[in-house]
Amino acid sequence: MATLEIKDLHVSVNTEDGAKEILKGVDLTIKAGETHAIMGPNGSGKSTLSYAIAGHPKYEITSGSVLLDGEDVLEMTVDERARAGLFLAMQYPVEVPGVSMSNFLRTAATAVRGEAPKLRHWVKEVKEAMSDLDIDPAFAERSVNEGFSGGEKKRHEILQLGLLKPKIAILDETDSGLDVDALRVVSEGVNRYKGSSEVGVMLITHYTRILKYISPDFVHVFAAGRIAESGGPELADKLEAEGYVKYIGKQEAASIG
Amino acid sequence: MAVTTEDQQHGLTAHSHGAGAPVTSRADHFTSFDVNAFEVPGGREEIWRFTPMKRLANLHNGAEATGTATVEVTAAEGVAVETAARGDERLGTAGTPGDRVAAQAWSSFTEATVVTLPGDAKSEPTTITVTGPGAGQVAYGHLHVHAKPFAEGVVVIDHRGSGAYADNVEFVVGDGAHLTVVAIQDWADDAVHVSAHHAKLGRDATFKHTVVTLGGDVVRLTPVVTYTGRGGDAELLGLYFADAGQHLEHRTFVDHAVSNCRSNVVYKGALQGEDAHTVWIGDVLIRAAAEGTETFELNRNLVLTDGARADSVPNLEIETGEIEGAGHASATGRFDDEQLFYLQARGIPEEQARRLVVRGFFHEILLKIGVPEVRERLEAAIEAELEAVGA
Ligand SMILES: Nc1ncnc2c1ncn2[C@@H]1O[C@H](COP(=O)(O)OP(=O)(O)OP(=O)(O)O)[C@@H](O)[C@H]1O
Ligand SMILES: [Mg+2]
Repeated sequence: MATLEIKDLHVSVNTEDGAKEILKGVDLTIKAGETHAIMGPNGSGKSTLSYAIAGHPKYEITSGSVLLDGEDVLEMTVDERARAGLFLAMQYPVEVPGVSMSNFLRTAATAVRGEAPKLRHWVKEVKEAMSDLDIDPAFAERSVNEGFSGGEKKRHEILQLGLLKPKIAILDETDSGLDVDALRVVSEGVNRYKGSSEVGVMLITHYTRILKYISPDFVHVFAAGRIAESGGPELADKLEAEGYVKYIGKQEAASIG
Repeated sequence: MAVTTEDQQHGLTAHSHGAGAPVTSRADHFTSFDVNAFEVPGGREEIWRFTPMKRLANLHNGAEATGTATVEVTAAEGVAVETAARGDERLGTAGTPGDRVAAQAWSSFTEATVVTLPGDAKSEPTTITVTGPGAGQVAYGHLHVHAKPFAEGVVVIDHRGSGAYADNVEFVVGDGAHLTVVAIQDWADDAVHVSAHHAKLGRDATFKHTVVTLGGDVVRLTPVVTYTGRGGDAELLGLYFADAGQHLEHRTFVDHAVSNCRSNVVYKGALQGEDAHTVWIGDVLIRAAAEGTETFELNRNLVLTDGARADSVPNLEIETGEIEGAGHASATGRFDDEQLFYLQARGIPEEQARRLVVRGFFHEILLKIGVPEVRERLEAAIEAELEAVGA
């Protein structure tokens, strides 16, 4: 049973005007099988939290700890974290020109699984996974994320989720930039993986709309670099109605329209 | 008319120079077959200012030949291979030396190699292997490649070995011919190579010229393209990989003097190690008569470690308003940490991730080479370069 424990996490980012503290003491524990929605206004530090856990070099951990099944994640390199079972679906997936999606996926799967998947099975597995997400097979030969639309990038992040089978998945605004159909397809992809494994999910979002498809067990309001309030799914309904005004002192909606 | 420019500069030791018209027009560039018509360059001259003159083994300063380079040709069926003496009237028809070293090579070579692709026929690849004269030796050479009208074929020129070598390489591409050339500079660490390529394209001729420079202490290559009839199409591709201490310089010049011709220049380089230095100068001149010209040039450099320096200078001169399109782009960047992070976040170890990114960077050029045997060899060579430093 995987457990991700984040304790009193403080994170700074290096800017031209020196280090700037963004995360100001985050405490959160995610267990296998649980889905935690992290909801917060723009700039509250949600992506910073996800990058810090994944090990992005731009973010400096000034204090606190992150443990995966008791192992110190912060001591691991970025790729070790991924191989240990952490996965981050990025808000802005990166383009890698000249590296084909199929080569990338196979290289990643080989690294994470510890051995190269048998070619025949692999081809079938990828094909099915792509078709489940309504991804045209032609994407396999395109460069990683290069020239993909926002929605296409997000589908490919979830494709990787399904193929790399992490213990803990952090989904950073996977819903942003998706139209209604794409949101449904992508959410189904997440739910399919949730259904097939005991994954713990950190679902980061600004809006409540994805929660209609992926139901959270816990909802946390993220504001000014920390968790301001935690609760069950009913907290999302409250945010839907009231927005983030209570947490940031100004009106910012958590629902659309 | 469409003129686009794009200049970006990243990295502390990357140098992208102001684009646009050079101080003196490329049209005034001096050429001559007479070595004495050129002054001995000191290194401050515009065309020499990036070159480490002290490391040129005096090729620019009258160095006598002390040895010879070995030229071996594995010719495809139908392709004629001859040696020609100085005075053979075919020699020098594709272009005139544009600097003192090229003129020195012209007056110093002992025997030229002439390779002729049959007209109106498709021939298999021909490989010309040029082996340097040996460490501490100096040699001069001359190659002449003629693709007769409507010929179609591939010529690979493979440079290897040691020593100092200067040469002129001519490509006469007849009307309607399609000539693909791959020139590989895979020299030993000590080698010095100064080479002038002259291509002359006939009506509706296409010329795909790929330069791959990996080895050598100093390599300086100056490919020049001229057109004699409408519809000529030149694609100049380059791939270079400089390690610590290497100086790899490429100076392309496309002279559009005839209307309705095309050119596309794409050079990409990677640098790693202390004092790795690359230079790309991309001159394009669209003369008043060259209406309907379409041209684009691009240079990208990937700086993998500190202490390496990439110079990149696109020069686009336009003397007519009636062009189809013209543009250039030049960018030198550090290794992209975001790409590395993304790949590593998917479990791919750092070393492997770096290799993927560099391979990806060169992929576009490798794809375009269009000669499968060569491509495989180059992929392996790039792999070896990356392994050498554990990048
Ligand atoms: N590299 C950086 N340099 C400077 N400031 C940064 C950097 N990265 C993040 N920040 C700042 O940190 C704060 C939190 O950013 P972060 O991206 O984590 O917010 P977020 O909650 O994900 O916002 P959004 O909802 O817009 O995605 C913002 O004020 C942002 O400007
Ligand atoms: Mg964000």
